[in-house]
Amino acid sequence: MEHHRSHIYGVMAEFDTPEQLIHAVEKARAAGYRRMDAYTPFPVEGLAHAMGLKRNMVPFITLLGGLAGGLGGFYFQYWANVVSFPQNIGGRPFNSWPAFIPVTFELTVLGAALCAVFGMLALNRLPQPHHPVFNVKRFVHATSDRFYLCIEARDPNFHIAETARFLQGLHPHHVSEVVDD
Amino acid sequence: MSAGQPPIDSPEIRRLTPVLGPGYTFGSVTDKISSIVLTRPTSFGWYIGFALSFGFTALMTIAIGWLVIKGTGIWGINIPIGWGFAIVNFVWWIGIGHAGTLISAILFLLNQKWRTSINRFAEAMTLFAVACAGIFPLIHTGRPWMAFYMLPYPSTMGLWPQFRSPLIWDVFAVSTYATVSLLFWFVGLIPDLATLRDHATTKTKQILYGMLALGWRGSVRHWHRYQSTYLLLAGLATPLVLSVHTVVSFDFAVAIVPGWHTTIFPPYFVAGAIYSGFAMVLSIAIPLRKAYGLEDFITMRHLDNMAKVMLATGLIVAYGYFFEFFMSLYSGNKFDVFLVQQRLHGPYSHFYFALILCNILLPQSLWAYKLRHSVAFLFIMSLVVNTGMWLERFVIVVISLTRDFTPSAWGRYQPTFWDWATFSGTIGFFVMLLFLFVRVLPAISIAEMRELVAETSED
Repeated sequence: MEHHRSHIYGVMAEFDTPEQLIHAVEKARAAGYRRMDAYTPFPVEGLAHAMGLKRNMVPFITLLGGLAGGLGGFYFQYWANVVSFPQNIGGRPFNSWPAFIPVTFELTVLGAALCAVFGMLALNRLPQPHHPVFNVKRFVHATSDRFYLCIEARDPNFHIAETARFLQGLHPHHVSEVVDD
Repeated sequence: MSAGQPPIDSPEIRRLTPVLGPGYTFGSVTDKISSIVLTRPTSFGWYIGFALSFGFTALMTIAIGWLVIKGTGIWGINIPIGWGFAIVNFVWWIGIGHAGTLISAILFLLNQKWRTSINRFAEAMTLFAVACAGIFPLIHTGRPWMAFYMLPYPSTMGLWPQFRSPLIWDVFAVSTYATVSLLFWFVGLIPDLATLRDHATTKTKQILYGMLALGWRGSVRHWHRYQSTYLLLAGLATPLVLSVHTVVSFDFAVAIVPGWHTTIFPPYFVAGAIYSGFAMVLSIAIPLRKAYGLEDFITMRHLDNMAKVMLATGLIVAYGYFFEFFMSLYSGNKFDVFLVQQRLHGPYSHFYFALILCNILLPQSLWAYKLRHSVAFLFIMSLVVNTGMWLERFVIVVISLTRDFTPSAWGRYQPTFWDWATFSGTIGFFVMLLFLFVRVLPAISIAEMRELVAETSED
């Protein structure tokens, strides 16, 4: 039994509508399950809240990227024109800061956008070519028209038969075991 | 105003002109859009269109190759008209490239549901237009292999780019815009690439789309961060899109040349960019919905809204023309007054009148409800506006440069065969990229269409 359980990633239920999925998530949380994930073909409003997800780190990382881009961009122009190679261009001050604003602005946006996208991918652990949920044949519908809830084996309350019975009680379309290979 | 127009934006008119045809489910929008890429056979028309546009792309590469061998002398540029077609086309293309991000970012922030079915190909159009735009300043340098001089890199000479110059601001603005537009487009594509991976009909397609999808599995935790990212990118792209054409207009406005040295340039360039961009989106959307039967997704409501945006931005552009004209006369500056006379009566006045006709007079027909709802008319009008916006850049660049301060510095400009070859070549390149795009990637965002199905089924 122990040996068998180590190959089980979790139990997955398939639902037809986003409302059924939200309802199932609320029920599962009420039943004490915490280590679980929901899979949907589009961002379902209210699902993150039902899962108990709070704020994420992406906005903070984006802010850091924007600050780094902006401050770094301005400082670089200052350094190039004042320290590294000062030149008198039409009597203008070496630090002609208003002229440095367009590049500073563009680099702020660039830094923030790069950090937003690559920060999101890193936090999501993507790219990740393989994941146990892909072992479920029916999971191809997760990118089309079905909604999935997977209660994972690492949840302390997880017991394969009982969890499967619990999910069956939520009237899903289908329940399947997720094998971890 | 035409008779019989229903009241504006009443629930009645929204029911009559929906953003999505009736009866669609999550599965059916998925199947319909992904089938264009995965299962539908490539049509004969596609091959014809691709071959034609590929021919023009070949012409472009020949023109650029000849330019690299012979130098910019093969073009019509001379002294004093150093900026000819290369800059006219650069500004035209970069302007067209503004609609994609505007639709994706600004309409997203304004929560306009109708953007959903047009944002994907509008973003693709943006990328392709920016690619075409980027070619021109690069080859206009005459030695494109030296273009890296414009970037700040630690050279053995210890020199840095001149950060006080608008031309360097341009390098940063356009390259940032290209990068952020690409990121925005790719982030939007990730869930759809996963759909294509899961619906792939062959192993090769599954592997290729699978690699691009980065292993996306639609986890709620992923969506949670994904939505934050998308909103942030929209927020970042909004000021960015306004800054890009502002910086492009600085290339002119910071110079002292009559007709360029004016503070109205940044807002009126941005409005003109949106104007031409929406015209190009219409020029693409109309054949696309026809060829792939997407009338339920790109509905009359979309075409009508885009026509209205064109009308509104066209009026801002008209305001810009009027005040440019008025301020030149009101300033009493004899060079500015002379430039106005040159626009009206000079050797290039027919371009100026054609511009007024294409950009101001003809688009007023879009006030009529009936004409906004005629697909053929909208298509023709979108081409008219694109022509008009090209003429605007021609008028700005050529008339000012041929008639500056001293008569001894006056000149004439005549584009050569190679100017036309390069220009028509980039149009072919743009169209070729669009043909490839509709064949290998979903032209409409599938994930967002499912969201739209969920939202509209609630109403």
